[in-house]
Amino acid sequence: MARPSRIASRPGGWGAAVNIAQALQTASLTDPGRVRDHNEDCIESRPEIGLYVLADGMGGYNAGEVASGMATSLIADGVAEGWVIRDVDKLPREEAMALADRLIREQVARANTAIFTTSQNNPECAGMGTTLVVCLFYDNFVSVAHIGDSRLYRLRGEALDQVTRDHSLLQEQLDSGLITPEEAKLSQNKNLVTKALGIDPTVEPELHVHETAEGDLYLLCSDGLNDMVEDEEIRLTLITLRSNPSLTVQQLVQAANDNGGRDNVSAMLVRVAEPFGVPRGWFARFKALFR
Amino acid sequence: MAKLILSVDGQVLKEHTLSKERTLIGRKPHNDIQIDNLAVSGEHAAIITILNDSFIEDLGSTNGTLVNGKPIKKHFLQNNDVVEIGKHKLKYFNDAPQQAGAADFEKTMIIRSPVKAAPPPATAPGAPAQAPAPAPAASADAGMSRTIPPSPEVRAAAPPPPQPTAPQDHAPLRDAAIQVLSGAAAGRTLDLTKNLTTIGKPGLQVAVITKRPNGYFITHVEGTTFPSLNGTSLGATAHPLGDHDMIEIAGVKMEFFYKP
Repeated sequence: MARPSRIASRPGGWGAAVNIAQALQTASLTDPGRVRDHNEDCIESRPEIGLYVLADGMGGYNAGEVASGMATSLIADGVAEGWVIRDVDKLPREEAMALADRLIREQVARANTAIFTTSQNNPECAGMGTTLVVCLFYDNFVSVAHIGDSRLYRLRGEALDQVTRDHSLLQEQLDSGLITPEEAKLSQNKNLVTKALGIDPTVEPELHVHETAEGDLYLLCSDGLNDMVEDEEIRLTLITLRSNPSLTVQQLVQAANDNGGRDNVSAMLVRVAEPFGVPRGWFARFKALFR
Repeated sequence: MAKLILSVDGQVLKEHTLSKERTLIGRKPHNDIQIDNLAVSGEHAAIITILNDSFIEDLGSTNGTLVNGKPIKKHFLQNNDVVEIGKHKLKYFNDAPQQAGAADFEKTMIIRSPVKAAPPPATAPGAPAQAPAPAPAASADAGMSRTIPPSPEVRAAAPPPPQPTAPQDHAPLRDAAIQVLSGAAAGRTLDLTKNLTTIGKPGLQVAVITKRPNGYFITHVEGTTFPSLNGTSLGATAHPLGDHDMIEIAGVKMEFFYKP
């Protein structure tokens, strides 16, 4: 690993070999739904570094959107600041993964402190909090952090998988076998999350790294989508409209609204149009210079 | 809060509110709901209530427990379920979400994780072992039943009460189909049974027909040129489809029609 550092130091060097904004096709949409008069969901993205953040706020009055707005902007800005592609490209893959993990944790903690402090100091914001899902794509992997019941789904081939497991009472009941997935659909405890950002002085996000594959579709969504639209319908929509991400998110939001739209609904879709591996080893880097 | 109405031969005996996390039903006097009848076991069944949800569990009774006429070991109670124990009936009512302020019920709320030191309320450990997995969960959840709704007064002033359960009062959507009028598949009919039906040639020109509560719509999906509807180019937005509308996509003409 000592040898390539000379190449790396060249201006406009191999760091530009992979353009993540080109490798990932994305579309996103957020909508108040058919019942609520304001939108407490918030989405932010930094396509140039493959960063996507979605938050679903809660708490009285307009405090929910204060919390989700703070979460998305603080985390997006914070991660973008610490994740400089040119520098990250110089790291071995495992170190890049570790850096992503550390950076996301730090920024989630920072956002938590900011929201918690704001809610302590402003009576109108008391008790506000937010659920969260963060995806950072890099070098054919995605770091996924989540808190609460905002979700990440992945469509690979024809199979839809729920990548995140909700931090919710219902999920705990499912895990313990108290209720079956069929019964869960009838539960009246759907809205109870066991973890949220900004409620307590500290919070630990759940963080995992997943390998991506060409053609994968990643869907970040708030519970307003998956509570109103069955997973099977989400799957069919993703498959049917695969070639058109912006139509897909419109269709998903519309389906949630057609089914009642009882909550704010947000969807961010990321399609891995081409692999985005970072060239490693001196030969790959040398080759990348001529691409 | 959910409740049970105990009756025998159509006569109401009493009403019981499910305020406890675990409600015991049986013949012996220590039960929360005592049914003094020899067809009922000493400890016959238990109802576990977690916030807005209740479950009934047969405790290995001699004569069994029926819900809506079917014998059960464990059952997730739904509004208007009828539990039968011998000749006695217990009707379950849980109308919480139908009440005004339903919107609040659906708002996401945080519940704190149980404090490990908190003594678990008398619960599953006493239950017979026929449902081992659920038992620990019930006790864990019990510690969490302190819901923390952010300031109820403020929340009450939140959005107007909606119609929570009725999605739409539309007349059921009529069945529709597409008939191909030109090209190799001319004469073929395609029923629009799915919510999304794609037409056209992948990679060249594709459109999707969406079936929604208020009708059928056509939208361009992929391709450099848009399909046309009654001779006019579609553009990127969705268009409602009317009876006998003509669609032209990837050089093929087709007609949309409602089935008789």
